Amino acid sequence: MTARTVLQQDDIARALTRISHEILESNRGSSNLVLLGIPTRGVILAQRIATILNGIEANSAVAGSLDVTMYRDDLAKHPTRVSSPTQIPEGGIDGKTVVLVDDVLYSGRTIRAALDAINDIGRPRAVRLAALVDRGHRELPIRADFVGKNLPSSTEERINVRLTEIDGTDEVTIE
Amino acid sequence: MKHLLSTKDLTRDEAIQILDLAEDMADAGTREVKKLPALRGRTVVNLFFEDSTRTKISFEAAAKRLSADVINFTAKGSSVSKGESLKDTAQTLAAIGADGVVIRHGSSGAPRVLASSGWIDAGVVNAGDGTHEHPTQGLLDAFTMRKRLHGDASRGRALDGVTVTIVGDILHSRVARSNVWLLETLGAEVTLVAPATLLPVGVNTWPVTVSYDLDAAVAAKPDVLMMLRIQSERMNAAFFPNAREYSRQWGFDDERLAQLPAASLVMHPGPMNRGLEISSGAADSARSTIIEQVANGVSIRMAVLYLLLAGGAA
Repeated sequence: MTARTVLQQDDIARALTRISHEILESNRGSSNLVLLGIPTRGVILAQRIATILNGIEANSAVAGSLDVTMYRDDLAKHPTRVSSPTQIPEGGIDGKTVVLVDDVLYSGRTIRAALDAINDIGRPRAVRLAALVDRGHRELPIRADFVGKNLPSSTEERINVRLTEIDGTDEVTIE
Repeated sequence: MKHLLSTKDLTRDEAIQILDLAEDMADAGTREVKKLPALRGRTVVNLFFEDSTRTKISFEAAAKRLSADVINFTAKGSSVSKGESLKDTAQTLAAIGADGVVIRHGSSGAPRVLASSGWIDAGVVNAGDGTHEHPTQGLLDAFTMRKRLHGDASRGRALDGVTVTIVGDILHSRVARSNVWLLETLGAEVTLVAPATLLPVGVNTWPVTVSYDLDAAVAAKPDVLMMLRIQSERMNAAFFPNAREYSRQWGFDDERLAQLPAASLVMHPGPMNRGLEISSGAADSARSTIIEQVANGVSIRMAVLYLLLAGGAA
């Protein structure tokens, strides 16, 4: 099957800008915001959103990363996965609004793991979820608050998010 | 990876992967809730046929931090003292449902027998066997060196070009063997210093430089100086005339500490014989990593248990 590009560089940039504005609107400013990206590409997206936020409102939106490997419910069903670093910004997450950032929202199981991981790190005031692509097929009662693009897909299709920092190019393809 | 029996079996990539994973485990140890749920529902048995304090509690802490259930077994007060064989003990553990076995045994090769015998289908971690190997000690020593030398930029790196001098009873030391193989894999340069009676036959085939003079070794300004314990329980022959003479020639005392560069690390796997192979001044100095080694041991053992036990069939 051939790959079809669904989001190009400009589309991704526009989607992230819109998500940033929506975050600011729902949070009423950028104070007490902590963006936590889920490795690997969610971390890059969280950093980009933080940059946009701080460009709109010169405030203190900070980005970090949250590894969920140890919290997955399918650890025993796959060969061992290696974890990535978790980096919680200085100041922690207690009393803050945490926005989880992931590239693709699919079954929702990664987000469930992330919620468990957050639980062990502190007690945020609220947890929100931003995803660049929502492809449906949820297996848990989880919903994104901020979505770049809704992409109805079949379970047989593969959605690839490529970002310049890792893959040398910005695009989302479906195959 | 199904078992960890020897650092000789580790490739460079595997070794670095364990060290990197241990970094993440160490980070988890700084959080409010230090436990991770990765091994929930798994059972780890600590099977200790020889005495140990730090290795045993370190493995126990590591397994518990990963939410595994831990069963401690010590040969003293068990059916082993009634003459039960390793095979019967292993089959008992298999029947109980052990997923991982951490074994310390006085006989070199016992963990490999356990891993390859088919008596039990569990991941086996060697926690010290005779005078053969103590792989998690080698890994935690490498982790400690990497952390001190590279700081926050440790992830993904090896120990290329780092000079490590290991001093003392090389003959009986499984710690030395595990360190030699692992450090060679990671690119470090190892020098062994010991009285000729405490060097094993065939040391000339090891990837090391051998010296008999500690003062010369200190003058060579190694990045790391690792002192080994004089194992009085294995000193069943006249390896050196007496403790005072050993201490004068091969003990790391305050004078030798003063000769060592300020940036060099002083390591010891513990337990220490203060005043024999290492002076209190050296053991408690800022250059000493002895307490860090214990703390890092938990992170390394978490990484190893996770790698061995968390995943399913490929």
